Amino acid sequence: MTTLPPPAAKKLGLVIDLDICVGCHACAVACKEWNDGGDFGPLPDADPYGAHPSGVWFNRVHSYAVEETTARGKREMTVHFPRSCLHCETPACVTVCPTGASYKRAEDGIVLVDEDKCIGCQLCAWACPYGAREISAERGTMQKCTLCVDRIYNETLDPADRQPACVAACPTRARHFGDLGDADSPISKLVAEREGYALMPEFGYKPVNKYLPPRPRRDGCDVASPGTPREETLDRDKLPGVLRWLDRALSR
Amino acid sequence: MRPTFSIIFFTVLSGAGYGLVFLVAISLLYAPALLAQLAQFGSAADLDALAGRMRLTCEVALAIGALLATAGLLCSVGHLGKPLRAWRAFSQWRSSWLSREGVASVLAFVPMFGLLVAMFCDTDIRSNGVAIAATALACLCAITVFCTGRIYSSLKPIRAWHNGYVVPGYFLFAFYAGALWIAALYTMPITLSPLAIPIGTLYQFNAFVIAPLAVGLKLAYWRSLAQAAKPDTGDATGLRRLGSVRSFEQPHTEENYLTHEMGFVLARKHSRRLRTIAALLIIGAPLAVWPLSVVAGDFAAWVVVLLGMLGVFVERWLFFAEARHAVIAFYGR
Repeated sequence: MTTLPPPAAKKLGLVIDLDICVGCHACAVACKEWNDGGDFGPLPDADPYGAHPSGVWFNRVHSYAVEETTARGKREMTVHFPRSCLHCETPACVTVCPTGASYKRAEDGIVLVDEDKCIGCQLCAWACPYGAREISAERGTMQKCTLCVDRIYNETLDPADRQPACVAACPTRARHFGDLGDADSPISKLVAEREGYALMPEFGYKPVNKYLPPRPRRDGCDVASPGTPREETLDRDKLPGVLRWLDRALSR
Repeated sequence: MRPTFSIIFFTVLSGAGYGLVFLVAISLLYAPALLAQLAQFGSAADLDALAGRMRLTCEVALAIGALLATAGLLCSVGHLGKPLRAWRAFSQWRSSWLSREGVASVLAFVPMFGLLVAMFCDTDIRSNGVAIAATALACLCAITVFCTGRIYSSLKPIRAWHNGYVVPGYFLFAFYAGALWIAALYTMPITLSPLAIPIGTLYQFNAFVIAPLAVGLKLAYWRSLAQAAKPDTGDATGLRRLGSVRSFEQPHTEENYLTHEMGFVLARKHSRRLRTIAALLIIGAPLAVWPLSVVAGDFAAWVVVLLGMLGVFVERWLFFAEARHAVIAFYGR
């Protein structure tokens, strides 16, 4: 059924800390590795060792330079930006699906694709502004992040390992997993404390995953509002006589 | 967006097919009134002969329309990664416009085949059964074209599709192409007969009302696209609050599905020239019938079909190729 389930209390998702992500791509590689062999796999690549390899990854890490205007001029900050399915509360990728292959789980809000029903029409990928879905040319069906649903409930795994592969792999703990529907959960508190935000909320799909913005830098350069460089002021009358003369002479 | 030929052929051919079938249904509804008007000029036997020739005309046009629609639908199946599962697409009509389009397009074949069989069995086109089937057929054709437009206009991440110009455009171009086809079919020697729809009037209506409306709509649409805000990397990532955002390293060295499918820039580079070609062909084709028929006779109508369909094809190619998907902002393109 591609009509959405009624809103559920439980909203499993990820919180990604852009302040400490170092852009190592370990999450993307761990994701590819797990999902190639997990319940939804494989994730075959075309021409994997050739000149132009291509294939589906559920997680892609972008690297951006953010140019800020500060009191001491311009400054560039690097922000690494992992991008994957946000498991939206009202996802259009589910409602546009003509076959019922795309669905949102009522119990925890995870958005999944039923590989046996997908006809590979790609309308869901067109409907997603976040680029969460990629079609597998080899399998002919749409693939996407499963939030490692085959790990997080997997009782054959050690309880510590029952989290998405990307979260487990992150060497800087920039990725957090939990219930964003519960205001008292650790990750909900993290979002509240760090003013986590949703991507492109204007589409109205209500992403569950949140991003934590980079913290203000502690290098003494306050970020000035663009276009208003701060003027230094000097009261000439308070200077000693020699300096007052110097200032006047130099100001001519 | 990558202009996949399977989808362009699907929307152009099925649009023309359902447009043509719609006009056949309308002419079947209009036929009894026309025959009643002619009753004073001839005997009952003459009228019956006339109705028979009208039936033949409609039968040929309906069969061609069904073929066009079928060809279009088959092209859309060719776009699927798993074509053998296409039947599953009829299940989610409660939420999906693509599913609704599938259901409506197939439902339209019920009265279409009914009428074809009835006319093959020499049923009088003035009968009530024909009128009921023709009414249902006209409605289902309109619903199908509406659903086709809604498939695209319901997709918010594609600004060029998510607007009020798209569905009226699909209607106008379906009517336009259907009218060119029906006019050409009604001039064939096999079907040559006094017609329920007078062909001269249809050409005039298409040339002076539908084509200018369609091109005017496209001009307004293109202008609105030029004025629309283009979300950039700062908007997509939410990092605009910190400053201006520039992508300095891509997530992957090779193309992936997203950059291949949604990062198509060729059309935007040549859009000016292609838009002019599309507009001139669409406006020019129905006007060309009068000078062309002086030199080419009845064959002119088929040249006009070719020119008009080419115009609609270029318009549809641009509709897909010029559209920019929101996800491309993440790549800074």
